[in-house]
Amino acid sequence: MFYRENGQFKASYVEDLRIFKVTQDRVAVLALVAIAVLLVPMLASDYLLRAVLIPFLILSLAAIGLNILVGYCGQISLGTGAFMAVGAYAAWNIGVRIPEVPLLVQILLGGLCATAVGVVFGIPSLRLRGLYLAVSTLAAQFFLDWAFLRIPALTNHSASGSVSVGTLSFFGLPLESAWQKYLFCLGFVVVFAVIAKNLVRTTTGRQWMAIRDMDIAAGVIGIRPAYAKLTAFAVSSFIVGVSGALWGFMHLGAWEPLAFSLDRSFQLLFMIIIGGLGSIVGSFFGAAFIVLLPIVLTNVPALFGLPLSVDTAVHLEHIIFGSLIVIFLIAEPHGLARLWSIGREKLRLWPFPY
Amino acid sequence: MGFFIETLLGGLMTGVLYALIGLGFVLIFKASGVFNFAQGAMVLVAALAMARFSAWAIELTGSMLFGNVIAFFMSVAFMIALAIAIERLVLRHLVNQELTTLLMATLGITYVLDGLGQTVFGSSVYTIDVGMPKEPLFLFQDVFEGGILLNPDDLIAALVGAALVAALALLFQYTKVGRALRAVADDHQAAQSVGIPLGRIWVVVWSVAGVVALVAGIVWGSKLGVQFSLSTVALRALPVVILGGLTSVPGAILGGLIIGVGEKLSEVYLGSFVGGGIEVWFAYALALLVLLVRPEGLFGEKHIDRV
Repeated sequence: MFYRENGQFKASYVEDLRIFKVTQDRVAVLALVAIAVLLVPMLASDYLLRAVLIPFLILSLAAIGLNILVGYCGQISLGTGAFMAVGAYAAWNIGVRIPEVPLLVQILLGGLCATAVGVVFGIPSLRLRGLYLAVSTLAAQFFLDWAFLRIPALTNHSASGSVSVGTLSFFGLPLESAWQKYLFCLGFVVVFAVIAKNLVRTTTGRQWMAIRDMDIAAGVIGIRPAYAKLTAFAVSSFIVGVSGALWGFMHLGAWEPLAFSLDRSFQLLFMIIIGGLGSIVGSFFGAAFIVLLPIVLTNVPALFGLPLSVDTAVHLEHIIFGSLIVIFLIAEPHGLARLWSIGREKLRLWPFPY
Repeated sequence: MGFFIETLLGGLMTGVLYALIGLGFVLIFKASGVFNFAQGAMVLVAALAMARFSAWAIELTGSMLFGNVIAFFMSVAFMIALAIAIERLVLRHLVNQELTTLLMATLGITYVLDGLGQTVFGSSVYTIDVGMPKEPLFLFQDVFEGGILLNPDDLIAALVGAALVAALALLFQYTKVGRALRAVADDHQAAQSVGIPLGRIWVVVWSVAGVVALVAGIVWGSKLGVQFSLSTVALRALPVVILGGLTSVPGAILGGLIIGVGEKLSEVYLGSFVGGGIEVWFAYALALLVLLVRPEGLFGEKHIDRV
């Protein structure tokens, strides 16, 4: 009833090319951003911000990055955790070695380093695909894990690669309390989500999708597979690297290579499968789901007086994750994002039958 | 020289163990085109089942040999049940899907098996004792000073692996089921159209892979103890099959040997220069190098793309 687009005519190309074509969508998204910026920092508790919202934001960012590579360009990557680690360690190194560099630049440079590493490890994608490529990204994961643990020069000679960041500030403003860090991350997420959403609508984005759908055919119609694949690796690793730097600086504060292990890579892959492959909004859904599920699993049984041991909760979490992956792949390969769009279609007609 | 040969032999033994796990990957990939990421989890679950069943059966029968045999057959039955469940619940619904979708589905299965196995069988460390001799042997003591140290359990594992490979080769080459398996591997649709029941073939393959996983689980489990880390062994064995070619049984064996030897030699002769621990990625680097030259692995079938 309220979600109708009747009478909203597109009178120009600009209007036709909008991301949110329906006025209600635009209003809703703006309202959501306004709430996230204004209300949430005021109302949310410290725990909510630190344990839920900040991880959610950073992991959404990482999921967007991974989704560009896997969902849009069809190149499976099991090395996302390692690319996050590159972003985090590179940003940290720049901060330690050149203290004058402002935080924002540090994080972006961290992302650039991740881009470089990502492109190098993306080169095998020119020859390999599918499984073989997945294995070569696993190589990246294991090699980089090892490098940060064993090569002292990369971690400024700190023991076993564990590093920590000092007090942070953003152009003179302190970044200490939870809400300040939250807003900082939110800024990154909003900017990168807009960039990513626009990028996948450009020539480059459409080339990625063509490669994903069938790379030989894409090559035949004049798309350069090398260029398309490597740009996907570059953009994806940049976003993932930035999110890694944020994860280290804003969420963990102090970390070691284990924080970016293979499990992190799998977790991110699960996010985009559950959220929706090839969908920016799906990345948010998937991240929210994966961040919230463990919290729900540890808290809900306690409410009913059935306290689960930590072990059982972890195993249960594995079982639920695993079955959800399978269920989503069978029943809804496009994930939560697809359910969301079905819901919207239904809502356009509601409450009338047609 | 004695030390070099000792390292080499140690590498070959490890290689056979990798090949044992790699075989599971190859079997399933050959017959269903599914890259089974869950092979490691299957090894873990099989080993857990074996450890618990054997503890129970040995106590019941009072005889170690008899108890282990009973436990082995119970575990085989368990792995077959698992194969049927996987086919019914997952694979049946994913026929004709893309390779990557199937890969991710097996990732999901991995998580379910990890969680389920440890919930059902418990997550503490168990031991499997099938009575393998433990005293090290010294060979060629008259040729080299101090001889060459060899663990007999490694040797037995190698023999078991070789026997398993021979049995599988016979199964693939000379039985009706084997022919059906090769037909399905060649072309799902064509196989179906001449009346080969796809579902049953998949159950057979996953059961065989389950038994291979069980053997690997027993061998590795009696070496390292049965615990969660057993499932990560599969990640170490992954480059083996990539190196050898995903569709080739001999490739898995040879890949296992190459990587086992390469890992040991590189760790001993190169590791000290770069800080050690390079075995975690050396196999992957080696596999990648081979892939850059031969994208289908050493013995894999060449893939021709058509638009």
